[in-house]
Amino acid sequence: MAATLTALLLLAGCGGTGDEEPAASGGSGGAGGDVLSGQLTVFAAASLTEAFDRIGQQLQARHPQLFVTVNYGGSSGLATQINEGAPADVFAAASPATMTTVTDAGNNAGAPVVFARNQLVIAVAKGNPKDVTGLADLARPGLKVALCAEEVPCGAAAKRAGVTVTPVTLERDVKAALAKVKLGEVDAALVYRTDATAAPSDVDAVEFPESANAINDYPIVVLADAPNPAAAAGFVEFVRTEGLAVLTEAGFQAP
Amino acid sequence: MTGRQRVPVALLVPALLGLAFLVLPLAGLLIRAPWGTLPARLAEPQVLAALRLSLLTATLATVLCLLLGVPLAWLLARVEFRGRRLVRALVTVPLVLPPVVGGVALLLVFGRRGIIGQWLDQAFGITLPFTTAGVVLAEAFVALPFLVIAVEGALRGADARFEEAAATLGAGRWTTFTHVTLPLVAPGIAAGGVLCWARALGEFGATITFAGNFPGRTQTMPLAVYLALERDVEAAIVLSLILLAVSVTILAALRDRWVGSAT
Repeated sequence: MAATLTALLLLAGCGGTGDEEPAASGGSGGAGGDVLSGQLTVFAAASLTEAFDRIGQQLQARHPQLFVTVNYGGSSGLATQINEGAPADVFAAASPATMTTVTDAGNNAGAPVVFARNQLVIAVAKGNPKDVTGLADLARPGLKVALCAEEVPCGAAAKRAGVTVTPVTLERDVKAALAKVKLGEVDAALVYRTDATAAPSDVDAVEFPESANAINDYPIVVLADAPNPAAAAGFVEFVRTEGLAVLTEAGFQAP
Repeated sequence: MTGRQRVPVALLVPALLGLAFLVLPLAGLLIRAPWGTLPARLAEPQVLAALRLSLLTATLATVLCLLLGVPLAWLLARVEFRGRRLVRALVTVPLVLPPVVGGVALLLVFGRRGIIGQWLDQAFGITLPFTTAGVVLAEAFVALPFLVIAVEGALRGADARFEEAAATLGAGRWTTFTHVTLPLVAPGIAAGGVLCWARALGEFGATITFAGNFPGRTQTMPLAVYLALERDVEAAIVLSLILLAVSVTILAALRDRWVGSAT
């Protein structure tokens, strides 16, 4: 469904910019020009939502002819969509394993680079009413815990961190797990630090030492069939340079 | 059929395109299906658990819908009351409401902090999200309108003179309902029930939002398909094939009522 939506947006974008494009490419003069234009479609892990929204806005502010659309979702699902031919320019995954799905299929242009790292925390309701202090507390009887499904990176990371609790639900992505804490339906969820940082008024983050074993690397790559390779390269470059400030502020670690 | 007519190309071409549009995606499933490994994949415990749970919850949801929906349909078809049109409109809202919205709404009412859920939790220690009962509730929410509409249609189509005759012979309203009305519209109830069951079986949005996803407890087939797609396209295709097979079987069972009713 997300892929269809992106495709529609892409079509709409092409229609809208059709008469501007010749002028833009003429102005940039091709090789030497630094002006990015046209529609750029980025497929990004759900945990990048806040950071990439801001990075996209910053890049668009610099390049008024550029329209950035980001399709957020579970990395593995995005990888599947890309391999099934979804039109995308850039893929930013929440784990090297999901990136491998795309590179193994030969859908990448160039090698993926790690642009950020993320660590797991325990998200609890504001004020930590159940007094969760570490991983061991999650096994306490009566405490409801949401984890990510193992198929998506946040679930795989939880497994690497040695989490053995029995959750009440295995959510489809990290944002869904966090939402269950925000709604009060579970007492705790394992999410990325960045997700807890993005919801300061709803949840508190409890750090736990075991998460050091489960730091997720975020790779990014320009895709082989990118409809807009120039803008794609520009986006990746921007993420790795000026975008770093946004990423750090969101709670990511520099690579 | 009125025999061989000349079909205008302007109608024939879009008609065939429409047919292809509906049939091709299903054919795609069959073409891409990993037939060689199919038996092994079908025997995977997680697949069986999801299938068993789906059949169980869809059936329980249908029972719940029959218990609540038949009286509701009767009310709408046989009793004149103020605001009946409004009630009928409200009953059909879940038909057009995105199921995920239904899931959010269910959370806000039956969730641990919900209006009713809070009370259930404090008074009885019952929480519905993340339980099989929660799945049944989510499925019933989206499937109930299908049953009500089908049964109400059957009631309106049924000859009310039999009921009137029963009444003149001294039967009370309840006796009339159980001995005259119900047998009269039984085929309509059956068709509505099957439709309702099929809708419950395919439910995804409200279920994953309200009941979560846990293998064996709340992970129904559509949820398993969604998560399988994250990991392994072939697994998702296999699960989809099962749902497709079940859906086609249901349509075959309903053939006389809905599909082939004109022939």
